[in-house]
Amino acid sequence: MADKDESSNYIVPAADSKSKALLLRYPISLPDFGSGGKTNQWRLQMPVIDQDKCIKCIICWADCPEATIHRKSDDSVEINYDYCKGCGICANECPTKAIRMVDE
Amino acid sequence: MQTKVITGSRSVATAVMLAKPEVIAAYPVTPQTEIVEDIATFIEEKRLGSRFIKVDSEHSAMGACIGASSAGARTFTATSSQGLLYMDEVVHWAAHARLPIVMAVATRALAAPWSILNEHTDFMTQLTSGWIQIMAENNQDALDSMLQAYKIGEDPRVTLPVMVGLDGFILTHTSMPVEIPEQADIDSFLGERKPEFEIDVERPFTFGNVIDERYYIDMRHKMFESMQAAKEVIGSVSNEYKRLAGREYSMLECYNCDDAEHIIVSIGASSGDAREASDRLRKEGVKAGAVRIRVIRPFPSEEIAKALGGAETVTVVERSLSVGGGNILAHEIRSALYSAHGPEEAPFVKGFITGLGGKDITPNDYINMVGITRERPTGDEWFGLTGG
Repeated sequence: MADKDESSNYIVPAADSKSKALLLRYPISLPDFGSGGKTNQWRLQMPVIDQDKCIKCIICWADCPEATIHRKSDDSVEINYDYCKGCGICANECPTKAIRMVDE
Repeated sequence: MQTKVITGSRSVATAVMLAKPEVIAAYPVTPQTEIVEDIATFIEEKRLGSRFIKVDSEHSAMGACIGASSAGARTFTATSSQGLLYMDEVVHWAAHARLPIVMAVATRALAAPWSILNEHTDFMTQLTSGWIQIMAENNQDALDSMLQAYKIGEDPRVTLPVMVGLDGFILTHTSMPVEIPEQADIDSFLGERKPEFEIDVERPFTFGNVIDERYYIDMRHKMFESMQAAKEVIGSVSNEYKRLAGREYSMLECYNCDDAEHIIVSIGASSGDAREASDRLRKEGVKAGAVRIRVIRPFPSEEIAKALGGAETVTVVERSLSVGGGNILAHEIRSALYSAHGPEEAPFVKGFITGLGGKDITPNDYINMVGITRERPTGDEWFGLTGG
């Protein structure tokens, strides 16, 4: 589940987290992608993009409070479901209703 | 080594001057105010080089100490009563963040109604906070405990903050002779603070991030282990301090205890009156003793079991109240004795709720309370009500 290194007080979290290290003595972590673990468990509904309706305005990319929407080189977008908490701001802001909130 | 006749407030401020914290942040509240005023004077006179951060509240004062301590600084703050309650959220944060901040608490009753006078309930609200808690008996003890507090808290086996309590007005505003250690001795005693981690742009960390449910319990366990380890560190620091200053301190102090059948337990400034009461009781043929508990966190359970285990009755006199619970200290002492000796062997423990809001506790009061304990040895009782 986790590899402990007692000598340094470090703990390397289980494979599902990309965080390099957390300290169990001090509440200190290395800055990393999702160092607090996956936050997708918080989600009740997931945003789903209809790429046919997407006009590549990147409003969802700009408004996502958790930066879990990835903007590709052609301005099409992709959601990182490991960290999306399902707040629904992207679906609310999308001018063409290309994003729907779907029950998990 | 100089001896000066100074107040408890000046004793704490003098200890701060000797310990040289880089950052001090505090907000005034009676009866703590003179500690901060004295420190401000020392800084103004360039006898102390600390950065004094003026803040808008006690919450901000502890926040400033947390920031500075995270950056590697030695820090100090002081408060009382409502100020400590207003600070409460970040008091716990400081301990969980493992920052060895030192705070003086000039104890005072809680409102409403307003009372600026002495009581320990404010101090006792922090028993679950993760701070090491030392309660001084006199101004010398306050100065010495403050200096030991930095050494204990900053020890890599501990890395927890330390709270030094002193009775509001009874110590903070009363002058008595205090020996002031030499600066050079304290410099070598304390050394520099060497944190394992600090805010450093070359070595970035996230401080106080979220942790998931698998590991949170382990972090609390490490706090608990460090608090247990503090018992040994308190002992070794005390020995080192004794070589420097000639005064010895322990988790608790026993007086007339060896053959005592009836023992009074107290904390803080009124403990001298408890010892006086035990002397007077001895003259009347009652084998009485007195124990002062100096360190309340970590709670000295083993020492208490040893010191009180042979007595018939224990009379716990404390200026604090958990409404709906009773005498806070008596509950913990019962627990320590029951755990160590079992229901058949443990002495009776009677808790007295008294001295609230500055009401005097005299040697005669202690004698009367021991008498009540001998008549009715179980449960808690109130003492000193006016009957109004």
